[in-house]
Amino acid sequence: MKVRVDQDKCQGHNRCYSLAPELFDVDDFGTAKELNDGVVPPGLEDKARLAVANCPEYAIELIED
Amino acid sequence: MAGIHPPVTDWATDFDHTDPVWAADPYPIWADIRASGCPVAHSERYGGVWLPTRHEDVSAIAYDTDHFTSQSVVVSEGRPMMPAPQGIAPPISSDPPFHHGARRLLLPAFSPKAVAVLEPFTRQYCNELLDAVEGKELVDGAVDYAQHIPVQVIAKMLGFPPEAADTFRMFVHNALEGVDLPVEKRIENFGLLDAYLRAQVDDHIANPRDDLTTFLLNAEMDGEPLNPEHVGGTIALLLIAGIDTTWSAIGASLWHLAKTPADRERLAAEPELLPFAVEEFLRAYAPVTMARLVKDDFEFNGCPMKANEWVLLPFPAANRDPEVFDNPDEVVIDRVENRHAAFGLGIHRCAGSNLARMEMQVAIEVWMDRFGDRFTLADPESVTWSGGQVRGPRQLPITVN
Repeated sequence: MKVRVDQDKCQGHNRCYSLAPELFDVDDFGTAKELNDGVVPPGLEDKARLAVANCPEYAIELIED
Repeated sequence: MAGIHPPVTDWATDFDHTDPVWAADPYPIWADIRASGCPVAHSERYGGVWLPTRHEDVSAIAYDTDHFTSQSVVVSEGRPMMPAPQGIAPPISSDPPFHHGARRLLLPAFSPKAVAVLEPFTRQYCNELLDAVEGKELVDGAVDYAQHIPVQVIAKMLGFPPEAADTFRMFVHNALEGVDLPVEKRIENFGLLDAYLRAQVDDHIANPRDDLTTFLLNAEMDGEPLNPEHVGGTIALLLIAGIDTTWSAIGASLWHLAKTPADRERLAAEPELLPFAVEEFLRAYAPVTMARLVKDDFEFNGCPMKANEWVLLPFPAANRDPEVFDNPDEVVIDRVENRHAAFGLGIHRCAGSNLARMEMQVAIEVWMDRFGDRFTLADPESVTWSGGQVRGPRQLPITVN
């Protein structure tokens, strides 16, 4: 499973970062970026889904294997 | 406050967001309009104002900076005096491309890491507020508690004297809740705010220090210092935008918990749910409705919008849209999927959202640490709500023990 942030859609709500800091980081301007090329380590799949389901801008894509 | 508008009798064609009926309970109004054949209502008041109620329409307008300007985001009888793209209080009043740089200046000061530094101060202050009502059986969650928290935090960030809290709240009230006043009175009120800010800015020019005011005075955009209207407008924005909004969100959360024993008991037993509960309170009781002005005559989804008409952006209505949220009128404190728009959508997403979330979280946590689940609404009838574009409890008597 992978996650991908569309940085053009991201407006810095920081929901992904606060729900899944293992998977996302944000810069000083709030723009999110996936960590580790977006690869979701085993056991963090639910956190990845949670981050996707809480993005107000629909900016995170979940890519299932 | 004596308004200048008659009471609303037909919400579909003559709505008014300052009407006491809206303030008391706007959700059925929005639900009726949303379910009607015409989910974008129009009213002749304020020189023409539109009201989208579906999430889809609210977000489409928030994203469309070509047809809608942010030059003024507070609906009133008047029209903005400061020209686009800077507007009166950048960046909230700014349009692209000016908006981008004005916003980027501010964002680092409100990043999660910057906000985390303010958490101990906020926690200590919340505890002091509750120490001050120690032993009382009746505590007003709004008057004794919620209203003070954001004032104190933003005063600290701006480097303003903390004892001026009552003065700040008067400015906020005038700017946001005084929209039903004649234009001359509003101009007079803004003059008071302007004079106060000018004195603070002068003091910071004479005595620079490590705070947001000094930062803005020294800041540059495209290699040039900010013009004085930009500095003053941004300071006014920071002072006004964060205060009654966050106060409303904290108050509405306490109101919900005080009237809902099941959620109160569950949150007391499972404090780890708090971050989810905060998001759900933000969704269900989002305090802020924004506004735009129509730039030029334009047809939006069949609505003939005219240049210089207002468009309200009721994010709280979008948050109750059944197309986007399951059981939208139910408060589910562990709601898993929650793409709420309480902080807006698009390029104007609330710059202070991390700060507001921290203040809400700390305020509710400190309150629950103190009272556990031993608090309840004293008298539902005596709770009052602010009207206009920021809605929250202004009197909230709670029995504690």
